[in-house]
Amino acid sequence: MPDKISQKENFLKGIIKDNPVFVMLLGMCPALGVTSSAFNGLGMGVATLFVLLMSNIVVSLIKTQIPSKVRIPAFIIVIAAFVTIVEMVLEAYIPFLYEQLGIFIPLIVVNCLVLGRSEAFASKNNLYSSIIDALGMGIGFTIALTALGATREILGSGSIFDWRFVSEDANTFILFILPPGAFIALAYLTILFNKTTKTS
Amino acid sequence: MEYVLILIAAVFVNNIVLSQFLGICPFLGVSNKVSTSVGMSGAVLFVMTIATLVTYLLHQYVLVPSGLDYLRTITFILVIASLVQMVEIILKKVSPPLYQALGVFLPLITTNCAVLGVAILALGLESGSLLKAVFFAIANSIGFALALIVFASIREQLELADLPKGMKGVPINLLVAGLLSLAFLGFSGLV
Repeated sequence: MPDKISQKENFLKGIIKDNPVFVMLLGMCPALGVTSSAFNGLGMGVATLFVLLMSNIVVSLIKTQIPSKVRIPAFIIVIAAFVTIVEMVLEAYIPFLYEQLGIFIPLIVVNCLVLGRSEAFASKNNLYSSIIDALGMGIGFTIALTALGATREILGSGSIFDWRFVSEDANTFILFILPPGAFIALAYLTILFNKTTKTS
Repeated sequence: MEYVLILIAAVFVNNIVLSQFLGICPFLGVSNKVSTSVGMSGAVLFVMTIATLVTYLLHQYVLVPSGLDYLRTITFILVIASLVQMVEIILKKVSPPLYQALGVFLPLITTNCAVLGVAILALGLESGSLLKAVFFAIANSIGFALALIVFASIREQLELADLPKGMKGVPINLLVAGLLSLAFLGFSGLV
C-alpha cells in the first residue's frame, strides 16, 4: 500500500519529473499535429485528460478480473469506448473543435500515453492512486500542448486564444503555424523545460 | 494518371510523417540506425496495406449497411491489433527469414497511429474504391519509409557531431525533423 504522503508526489510527477511530452515523449502525434493554436492544444489536452482519467478508473477497478495474457486488448477496448464517447460529444456540442482536431480524435486510442498509464500504473495500483496519476499526467499533457499551441500561435499568427495583439497586415512568422514550426517550437520548448526543471 | 497523383501527393506533398504528423513515435523511436529503419518501413508497408484492405471492406459491407458507423474507431483498432498478431503467427510459420527481419517491429505497430490513421483517411477518399484505398495505403507507407530512412541517415551522421549540451538527444532530433519537414514543404503546390 503506497503511503499517503506520496500522493502529492504522484500528482506532481506527471507535470514535471515525468512530463509526458517534454520528458517521456509520449503522445507526440497529437502534440505536434493539432497545436497550431493555443485553443486547439487545450481542447486536445482536455479530451485526452478525460479518456486517460476514465480508462485509468475502469482499468484499476477491473484489473483483478482480466487474465494477464489478454490484458492489452482488454485495455484497448476500454480506451476505445471512451474515445468514441469523446468523439460523439465533441461532434454534437463543439463542432468547431471537432473539425479542427479531425483525425486526431479517433487517434487518441493509439496515444501511447493512455495505454502506457493503463499498463504501467492503473493495472498495478489502487483506484485512488490511479485517479491521482491520471490527473497529474493529463494535466501535464494539457499544459505541454497549450504551451506549444500558445508559442506557435503567438509567433505564427500574432494572437493568443484568438485574441490578436498585432495589426491585421503585420508580418508574422507563418512558418510556426505550418508543420515544420511544430518540430522547431517543440525542440526549443524541450530545451527550455529541461533547463528550468534541472536547475530548480 | 489519378493513381500517379495519389502517389506523389502521399509521398511528397502530404507526407504522412512530416506534414500530417502520423507515426511520430516510430519516427523518433527506431530511427537511430538505417538498418532498423528499413526493417520498420517494411513491416509498416506490410501491415498498413493489409489493415486498410480489411478495414475498408469491413466498413463498406458490415458497418455502414447495419448503421453502426459510430463503432468505427473501436472496430478498426481491434481489427488492427488482431491482424498484427495474425501476421506475426503466419510469418513465423510461412517465411522464417521475413519473420527474422520484421519480427521485432510487428508488436510495435499496433500502437503506430499511422496505421489506424491511414485506415480512417482511406474512407474519406474522393470517389473511393477498394483498389484506390489499398493503393493509398501503399503510397503512404512509401512516404513513411522515405521520411524514416532519410531521417535515420541524418541521425547516423549526427552521432559524430559536436553539439551544445542542452541540444543533445531529443531537441536536435526534433530540429532535424523540422528542417526535413521544411524541405518537404517545398513540394506543396506540386499536385
